[in-house]
Amino acid sequence: MTTSTSPLLSARGVRIVFPGRHGAPDARAVDGVHLDIRPGEIVALVGESGCGKTTLARALLGLVEPTAGRITFDGRPLEYSGRSLKAYRKRVQLVLQDPSGSLNPRHTVYDAVAEGLRIHGHGGDERAVVADALSRAGLRPPERFFLRRPHELSGGQRQRVVIAGALVLEPELLVADEPVASLDASVRGEILALLLRLRAELGLSALVVTHDLGLAWNIADRVAVMYLGRIVETGPVEQVLTAPRHPYTRALLSVLPEAPGEPVVLTGEPPDPSRVPSGCRFHARCQVLAGGGADRAGVAEACRGRDPEILDGGGATQVACHWAHAGKG
Amino acid sequence: MSLLDVRGLTVTYAGGTAAVRGVDLRLEAGRKLGIAGESGCGKSTLALALLRLLPAGTRVGGEVLLDGEDVLAMKWGRLRAVRWAGASIVFQGAMHSLNPVRRVGDQIAEPVLLHRRATPAGARKRTGELLEQVGLPAARAAAYPHELSGGQRQRVMIAMALACDPRLIIADEPTTALDVMVQAQILRLIERLVADQDVGLIMISHDLAVLAGTCDRLAVMYAGRVVEEGPAGDVYEAARHPYARALSAALPRIGDPASRFAPRGLPGDPPDPAALPSGCTFRPRCPVALDSCAEEEPLLGDAGADRRVACVRVTAENPTAGGPAPRPDTAAGGADPRHGTAAGGTDPPPNTATEEPNPHQATTTDDSDPRHGAATAAPDPRRSTTAGEPNPHRTPTTDEPSPRHGTAAGGTAPRRGTAAGGPGAPEETRPSTP
Repeated sequence: MTTSTSPLLSARGVRIVFPGRHGAPDARAVDGVHLDIRPGEIVALVGESGCGKTTLARALLGLVEPTAGRITFDGRPLEYSGRSLKAYRKRVQLVLQDPSGSLNPRHTVYDAVAEGLRIHGHGGDERAVVADALSRAGLRPPERFFLRRPHELSGGQRQRVVIAGALVLEPELLVADEPVASLDASVRGEILALLLRLRAELGLSALVVTHDLGLAWNIADRVAVMYLGRIVETGPVEQVLTAPRHPYTRALLSVLPEAPGEPVVLTGEPPDPSRVPSGCRFHARCQVLAGGGADRAGVAEACRGRDPEILDGGGATQVACHWAHAGKG
Repeated sequence: MSLLDVRGLTVTYAGGTAAVRGVDLRLEAGRKLGIAGESGCGKSTLALALLRLLPAGTRVGGEVLLDGEDVLAMKWGRLRAVRWAGASIVFQGAMHSLNPVRRVGDQIAEPVLLHRRATPAGARKRTGELLEQVGLPAARAAAYPHELSGGQRQRVMIAMALACDPRLIIADEPTTALDVMVQAQILRLIERLVADQDVGLIMISHDLAVLAGTCDRLAVMYAGRVVEEGPAGDVYEAARHPYARALSAALPRIGDPASRFAPRGLPGDPPDPAALPSGCTFRPRCPVALDSCAEEEPLLGDAGADRRVACVRVTAENPTAGGPAPRPDTAAGGADPRHGTAAGGTDPPPNTATEEPNPHQATTTDDSDPRHGAATAAPDPRRSTTAGEPNPHRTPTTDEPSPRHGTAAGGTAPRRGTAAGGPGAPEETRPSTP
């Protein structure tokens, strides 16, 4: 989309380290990430469980203070005092994965949506604002939903209530963590269409955290593939998902049921952030290195010994892979 | 004889919610059948009903023939022998199905000790073999569930299901909540085990793409019934029933420009099993519904080679569905031939011979939203019974034998009236045609 405008939200060199307990090594959950989100842009942050994507999203919301690095919003660095965080969270809203867990079962829909307004001391016509947010989220007529409680709603309707609660403060950015993972396939498309419509109507930016590459294809402008605390490939969705260069992205795409060709099923478990391998962090599971491709390209030494540089987070297609840089990817 | 032959299976929870309303399935050894559908469509209830794992008070009708023997008519002792050894279930959510305070090795050994009457040493040996079969080192037997990752726990669940060499494995959402890469690992494992051991597999999932990639045949369920059934690839690539089409279209195909910035869903929500709409249960959400769809619920009818669809538009198009043409049994087994007859019996509307699902009913009627009709025609919503599914892994010994109801009604395909019927019409009181 807009490649020239300055980013709305920007992460620079963000590292988040959780201290190890009982003498265990520290967990480097996020290990050096640059990421920009521009106004009106939808970015998908994709990766397996444990790759640090949720930790990064929490840091972008100001819920975790990075160990190192900086997060800026609208040009100003994020401050971690209670007052400035409160102001920040009016502009950046979170949508969580499981709508049943993020709604208070004893609150009515009206209360759930109005909660943000009350916290932020909204002075105007609360009822009208809540009704507006509900109808924007596709719950029409809104009055019919005011007094319902979560258990009376379907999963898709609950997620719409959560989204309405996020919209009510007129944020500029939504951070959605697996927004449709707990929903049925038929409902999933409706919620994703809603996110796209909100972008079109309100110019809302969004960071969508997901393990679902199909979701990225459905709604995102740009995708960032994360592996073990680092973004390993990023760029426009069309390029990254149809012509992936990083062996990890290729493997992820190859195991989708729809994918052509032989699936590359990586062996082993998702790796442990407290034991990040030296060299390229993916080298121990890399099918290209194991298959001799890196040797033939003359980069096997680098794969085992040298950490690829951190990608700069901008809109261009980039890949953190010695083999891809050697012109083979 | 088929490994599994399900005939006219109905499940009604205490409180009157009809979760499964007449399902016929057949599965041969070494074959894989996928059952797809949204939450609440009855697919998990179906899985539990196959082994009579439903809570007491649930009425189950029809027949479940496992190697020719009706599971629903078995004596309690025989049923206990058949569970695990005849058929076993891999449940969804491995974290909740494993006992958190017992080592996984002991949990795998439990069915071996009980059903095989193995010695403790023999059970330990078997446990080690099973773990290696599912790709875990035998030493992991000493681990507690929390020490394992999600994928490893799912492997333990599969090892447990294999413990007594069952003939049939039922896998209920075996890969939901797993990452794509781990999901691919587990699916490969399941495929390999089915091929090596010549067992039958029933895999239940909401993900049509996963099922199409793994299974030979697919059955799509909606509101307690199978609405489309056929070879997996055909159903996924070219579904005929409007619901199956929507379900298939809702899955994004990466690289397909048509789905770029165009997520597709299906408006509306699945019907409440306690208050089903009249006629075709999919009608309120159906983009191509006809007026006549409100009157009678279509039954599965022939729709081309080896396929069956429960939609008047499809069966009306298909010339073979016109007459009562019970099909001979097919390789992987299809639905009961009775369905062919039943579909022939319903008169197709005279003006539905068009090729395309052209919504020409719009010209014949300016009747407004069909949803209204559904809302008023539906029986008064009784409180939806929760009938929480028990955790059968911890309860197989305490699970009481559910009294067998509706045996006599097993021969009749339940009609619409029954399914949506009022509380005063319990199934076993209806006249039966054996």
